[in-house]
Amino acid sequence: MSGRSFLLDVAGGRRKIRVFEAGDGPPLVFLHGAGGLAEESPFLSALARRWHVFAPLLPGYGDSEGGDTLPDMLAITLHSFDVIEALGLTRPYLVGHSMGGMIAAEMAAVAPNDVERLGLIAPAGLWLDDHPIPDLFATLPHELPELLFHDPALGERLMALDGDLDNPKLLEAFMIRNARQLTMASKLLFPVPDRGLAERLYRIRARTVIVWGEDDRMIPPAYCEAFRRGIAGTELVTIPAAGHMVIVEKAEAVVAALARLA
Amino acid sequence: MDYRDPVWYGEGGMRFIWFNLMPWPHLPEDFREKYRSVWVDIPSSLYDPVRGHEVYNDYLDQLEFAETVGFDGLGVNEHHANAYGLMPSPTLMAAALARRTSRAALVVLGSSIALYDPPIRVAEEFAMLDVISGGRLVAGFPVGTSMDTNYAYGRVPATLRERYAEAHDLIRKAWVADAPFVFNGRFTQLRYANCWPKPVQKPRPPIFIPGGGSVETYDFCIENDYNYSYLSFFGYLRAQKLMANYWQRVAEMGADDSPYRATFAQCICVAETDAEAERLYGPHVSYFFNRCLHVYPGFADAPGYRTIKTIQAGFLNQLSRANLGHAATLSWQELIELGYIVAGSPETVRQRMEELIKGLRVGNIICLFQMGDMPSEKTCHSSELFARKVMPQLKGIWKDYHGDERFWIQPLPQRVVPGRATAEIRP
Repeated sequence: MSGRSFLLDVAGGRRKIRVFEAGDGPPLVFLHGAGGLAEESPFLSALARRWHVFAPLLPGYGDSEGGDTLPDMLAITLHSFDVIEALGLTRPYLVGHSMGGMIAAEMAAVAPNDVERLGLIAPAGLWLDDHPIPDLFATLPHELPELLFHDPALGERLMALDGDLDNPKLLEAFMIRNARQLTMASKLLFPVPDRGLAERLYRIRARTVIVWGEDDRMIPPAYCEAFRRGIAGTELVTIPAAGHMVIVEKAEAVVAALARLA
Repeated sequence: MDYRDPVWYGEGGMRFIWFNLMPWPHLPEDFREKYRSVWVDIPSSLYDPVRGHEVYNDYLDQLEFAETVGFDGLGVNEHHANAYGLMPSPTLMAAALARRTSRAALVVLGSSIALYDPPIRVAEEFAMLDVISGGRLVAGFPVGTSMDTNYAYGRVPATLRERYAEAHDLIRKAWVADAPFVFNGRFTQLRYANCWPKPVQKPRPPIFIPGGGSVETYDFCIENDYNYSYLSFFGYLRAQKLMANYWQRVAEMGADDSPYRATFAQCICVAETDAEAERLYGPHVSYFFNRCLHVYPGFADAPGYRTIKTIQAGFLNQLSRANLGHAATLSWQELIELGYIVAGSPETVRQRMEELIKGLRVGNIICLFQMGDMPSEKTCHSSELFARKVMPQLKGIWKDYHGDERFWIQPLPQRVVPGRATAEIRP
């Protein structure tokens, strides 16, 4: 993404987080999923062609710090409002992918007057006994492409771990990054990615678009229907030949779907 | 010296704790190929309660036998959804032993205190055990493995250690408080924290903390005078670096270097000769390393279970893929050379044990004689040879520290014999 990246003080210095910023247009805040977000993400670039994009990294991701002050769903939801405030934004477009979608939906339910436009891309947050979501926390790195991508071969290329994991230094770096990220994610997703959102969905008043990859094997499309039923007047866009990482596999199609919020 | 001579056993010196993991001995031959893990998601259709009836009772018999041949302690622990550790409740097992034994320490290693709601339950159960046994309880407070705590019991890894610390504070406070108190924790709130009964041992039973290389655990043990127990299945040679770091930390913190601060677990097989040991125990040791330790690596270490500091210190989980795969491929001789097992004639075992005890500087050994599908007869044979021919020669290794009883039980001098209340009553 051709833009800038900066550190932001949040909640009176309790947390310091990395924010990627790019583009022009109405402000849009994008909340990333459990795997994090790279500054050079083509999806952010695609968003930046329509919107002024702000993508904050949760503590534990990149060099964002202060995760110790975020024990649970409520704290992380309020933190995300703190970020919007620290960015000086008022009612931006709020878009989230996977775990980020769970946070965005929670924000829209907790403070329905503060979220006007909501984009949920394969969001986590609900649980259906008949459609169990695989255990991300017991999945080995080499098993992920199959779960996350319509095209696992593409996934393998994209997720290729930088360097040789037999090298102890690189292994340690990988383990530390993974541990930091998923430690934060576990507060929302472990052991079952459900923190009661289903009981609060009715409060959402934002115009909402839900976007789903038709071949999502992580959070199966059955959840798409559950979210649609829970949020009144939602628009639904399913994208063929895309898995859970639909923002990678079909970035332009996701942006086009989100444009319906305009 | 007669091994039944009360002069040497239970009266100071090296402590030997006879420990039974209680593995399921009927896993199929092709278990490794057919199932991905012995733990967490192993189907319970592989468990047969009718055979289980025999298995539990046999294992309890073995523990009772260990006391009669002179072991200082009897060890049990807690695992969940685990076919090599069939004790979801270690306190139930210790309760069964409390009434059928009279002298040995009951080493509950332990109850995973972060798994109990409210954790004062552990304070109560441990106090019950200490009172019933007349002060023979060693209280173990493990964090618990990631498989047990995160995967089988659903605790969020990111907050597990905070939960553990809070549970620990509650239990310690509950044991010494003379009146109800308010406990306002983040995970537990009790308006009336009030532990009935209270333990016999004052101010508390000895506390053992199982550690696996978490650097924070060293400090926690040293600060509180808790025993640091390294429970590895991979032998003393591979434990040297970790224990050296522990002792370095002891020195840095200005604590004394009494070996009774530390415990190590070791798989041991004793027979009349080295060759006989391989013949008798080889197949069961193989069952243990091949079937019992077949753990899916995805369950080994939930993100957040280990602190960043510990990952940086370089101690990855002993159940990491490399370790597990490796152990399963080793021959009997290799298992011995690498120290995974100490096996052979009494003299061979004595030499290796002495090397272990001095090398790691430990005053307590958790002895694993029952391994995999080893039957009672062989388990008891091995245990008795050890007790009779090896133990007496190791007892006095740390004679300079004789009298350091801080880390061991202090039972009541006069204890009730079970049956007393009804001895005179004829039905």
